[in-house]
Amino acid sequence: MTAVAPLALPTLPAAFQQSNVDYLAILPLLIVFGTALVGVLVEAFAARERRHAIQVTLAVVGLLAAAASISVAAKHQGLTMGLTDGSSNRQLFALAIDGPALFMQGTILLMGVLGVLTMAERFGGIGPDAFTPSGASTPGSATETAAARAGALTSEVFPLTMFAIFGMMLFPTTNDLIGMFVALEVLSLPLYILSGLARRRRLLSQEASLKYFLLGAFSSAFFLFGTALLYGYAGSVYFGDLSKAIAAGPLAMNGLLLPGAFLVFVGLLFKVGAVPFHAWTPDVYQGAPTPVTGFMAACTKAAAFGAILRLAYVGLDTGRWEWTNALVLVALLTMVVGAVLSVTQTDMKRLLAYSSIAHAGFILVGVLAFDRKAVGAVLFYLVAYGFSTIAAFAIVSLVRQNGAEATHLSQWAGLGKRYPVVAGAFAFLMLAFAGIPLTSGFVSKFGVFSAAVGTGGATGTVLAVVGVVCSAITVFVYARVIVLMFFSDAPDDAVEVVTPSVSTTFSIAIGTLVTLALGVLPSALLDLADRASQFVR
Amino acid sequence: MTAMSTVPWLTILGLIPLVGALVVAFVPGSAENAKRMAIGFSLVTLVVGIIAATQFDRASSKQFQLGEQHSWIPQFGVSYSLGVDGIALVLILMALVLTPVCLLAAWHDVPEEAGPRGGQRVKTYFALILVLETFMVGVFAATDVFLFYVFFEAMLIPVYFLIGRFGGPRRQYAAMKFLLFSLAGGLIMLVAVIALYLQGPGGTDGFLIERLTGLQMDPTTERLLFVGFFFAFAVKAPMVPFHTWLPDAATESSPATATLLVGVLDKVGTFGMIRFCLQLFPEASQWATPVVVALAVLSVIYGALLAIGQTDMMRLVSYTSVSHFGFIVLGIFAFTNVGHAGSTLYMVNHGFSTAALFLFAAMLVRRRGSKRIPDFGGWQRITPALAGIFLVAGLSGLALPGLSSFVSEFLVLVGSFPTQPVAAVIATAGIILAALYILLMYKKVMTGPKPEGLVGEREHERLDEPARRGLTAVRDLTTREKLVAAPLIAAFVVLGFLPNLALNVINPAVDQTLSHVQKAIPNLNPAGTVAEGSSK
Repeated sequence: MTAVAPLALPTLPAAFQQSNVDYLAILPLLIVFGTALVGVLVEAFAARERRHAIQVTLAVVGLLAAAASISVAAKHQGLTMGLTDGSSNRQLFALAIDGPALFMQGTILLMGVLGVLTMAERFGGIGPDAFTPSGASTPGSATETAAARAGALTSEVFPLTMFAIFGMMLFPTTNDLIGMFVALEVLSLPLYILSGLARRRRLLSQEASLKYFLLGAFSSAFFLFGTALLYGYAGSVYFGDLSKAIAAGPLAMNGLLLPGAFLVFVGLLFKVGAVPFHAWTPDVYQGAPTPVTGFMAACTKAAAFGAILRLAYVGLDTGRWEWTNALVLVALLTMVVGAVLSVTQTDMKRLLAYSSIAHAGFILVGVLAFDRKAVGAVLFYLVAYGFSTIAAFAIVSLVRQNGAEATHLSQWAGLGKRYPVVAGAFAFLMLAFAGIPLTSGFVSKFGVFSAAVGTGGATGTVLAVVGVVCSAITVFVYARVIVLMFFSDAPDDAVEVVTPSVSTTFSIAIGTLVTLALGVLPSALLDLADRASQFVR
Repeated sequence: MTAMSTVPWLTILGLIPLVGALVVAFVPGSAENAKRMAIGFSLVTLVVGIIAATQFDRASSKQFQLGEQHSWIPQFGVSYSLGVDGIALVLILMALVLTPVCLLAAWHDVPEEAGPRGGQRVKTYFALILVLETFMVGVFAATDVFLFYVFFEAMLIPVYFLIGRFGGPRRQYAAMKFLLFSLAGGLIMLVAVIALYLQGPGGTDGFLIERLTGLQMDPTTERLLFVGFFFAFAVKAPMVPFHTWLPDAATESSPATATLLVGVLDKVGTFGMIRFCLQLFPEASQWATPVVVALAVLSVIYGALLAIGQTDMMRLVSYTSVSHFGFIVLGIFAFTNVGHAGSTLYMVNHGFSTAALFLFAAMLVRRRGSKRIPDFGGWQRITPALAGIFLVAGLSGLALPGLSSFVSEFLVLVGSFPTQPVAAVIATAGIILAALYILLMYKKVMTGPKPEGLVGEREHERLDEPARRGLTAVRDLTTREKLVAAPLIAAFVVLGFLPNLALNVINPAVDQTLSHVQKAIPNLNPAGTVAEGSSK
């Protein structure tokens, strides 16, 4: 150990240097954050009966404006929020505004619009239907009843969602580990709260929230510890420095690098629900209000994979051979466990949760191909999966029995005969999840698997074969849902599909249409994803 | 390699039934009207198909004709590229003929339900069959491997719904089994499709068949790719031991679905073997020939033996198909011109004869209310015309000389004898077994004493009131059923006496395919030792 040459410690700049911020480059982030803050003020000052309408309009307009401003930010790509150290010529920038970051931001914003619209569903009530009017009260207590009677509503979910979206947009944009950690927390904390706010089956919801919070806190701690170890290794938290340090660093220091990289990955893989860090997924997906589940499944996954891509391709790329095998193992486990366990599920939301785990595994296969094309394929996959997922959960929230959501599979029997349109849309989304041609699911799976076979070498081929086998297993699951809906007879106490408002109808329609459009004519988005696949360093 | 066409015939052929499906499903009106429109659309498709076929130039040196090509997903190297050779053309025409026949036969398959939307179920059924027709055209016409794969997988979905929604009591099980078997095969093929592209020249049109033909590949890679493709086709075809889904699917689905499933869809398997396995992986195909031929012979004998043992009429017919597919595969892997031409003709003839067996048996089943053979007996005395066409269908199934299937079976055996003498000899035994299962079935169903309590309608009219008591009149063929039977029987006779109508179109395509194989394996003698001209 004594023979190790000391690494050059970063020298501090002699004088104070002002940080360079390109405000136009971070315009989308600023708009979303500003909207969230205004939302908090609306919560404080607007009259109760008008609050819902104001909040929904504000959120949707803010998200759309931010999405439009991405075209401005796209002209200002590069590193920003920081400075170039004059003495050592190091790039110390906190944010990387580049293709993948902007693509993910746009994806999250547009899916966020659909998410907000499904959350806004009121079914004729005064507040959002999915959320309890008094989240802090004990379920079944007098306080809860009083709150309901007084006409309380939970319109604060909209600013919370906006904060979560801000964190999600920041997540794949950050260029250093500390910033990534901050983004992780900003996106997670609102989601912990949102998960616990379900109007019905509140105990389950609160349990989900607590579980998500505790496990999320653990994973954040892992991430932070990994950051510390990597700082110890490289002397910097910036991805550029990290990459250079690994390229030049002595082998003997691997005692810091390996656990550091591993722990940081644990924090990120937790967010995408990769096995063995997936235990929270089914419980939280089931317990959280269904529109929140859909939003979370689509947007959190997109954001976290954006961050994983940046870490794997920019920060730790030079030390790839050190950690790839561990990630390959995770990908294999994720696909197999997600696919196999989804077979045994009897609850629709848990089934979709395990399906999302299996999909996380397929996306990881793309990540592990280490190629520019693979980045494009992963970006495409996240868009395709996200839109289908939001629509699927929105449909789940419509199927009801005695006012409460009927999520047990047996309750869905015969749905196709009584509600052919809704069941048809859901069946189509199931086919997309299964990866049947002419749906977006097929194109996205083809993209990641062909990237894996093309540039992933023998490992990639093995991953693709396992992925294909797991797809075949999941087909059984989705086909069983279709069998239930279309080929079985409805029970006597049949469920009903409540008629949704325009907003939910809109998100279901858009989600389904995007699924079809990306299956039939995917080349425009593939092209965009491909052009956006270059990371800035 | 592809002769482009100024008129997009093949796209039009695919679009008409698709538009028809939408019209049938969504235009309000009575179910009867929807049925008529469905038939109308399928007949228009047939007419357009015949016009397109007249544009086909047999003497052309290009492999594919009536071609169209547009960039579809350039990032993956995928083109929307269609074109047909003689093999694909005759198969498409067969599908176009069978669709209206099946629609007509399916007239009363789905009872109209009560209520304002009671006709919707009927409309869905007819619309799904039209959607299936679109995919059938697409899958045979695709000249891009990826596009072929898309059609290959996408066509499972309408069939899945046809079986699962409109089938018999165990339809859920049968539909699931069908989907899982087919998808398992298809997904393995997907990996091979991806890997094949990477072996090829790549680029924005790297999935075109013409770019992937004649690749220089490492033998191990080529063999693995061959296995990936062949597995999917063997499940589809279906060959023993991947055949177990077929009897369930065919028995539980409605007769029209079963006909299209066995008559057309399963042909995609054997068609794929010619188009992809042989053309793209010639060396690997030859490497695999011993195993494939053994499986083919096994299918011939085992399928026939199982057919003899069946008591369910539909199941019996589906096992005979397993046996027939064995013949087709044997002819393909004989690597001779005669064998190939025979196999292709066999695919067409088998489509018609299976359609006849399934649909005519269904007419019996509907009258008796049972599929079990022991429930019948003596029916030629009460329904003589039905018994007559049933016998013709059966004789076509056992390849009676004069009927079309004799020509193809003979060509397959003659074509495979030079290269696979042992297999050809064993397969010949399949003909004897075929006579056994067909004639035994006919005997049990049609001959024997008059069934108790049933009487033919003519006799029923002649009897006076006291004698009629306790007797149920059974109708002989209705006009609609005669219309179903006429084109099928006409096809047997016409192709039986004038097989050159089809063979003249098929032969140039066969020569093309085998010339690709010959380039890779120079010592192959596709003419075999058979005298030239026996197939001409």
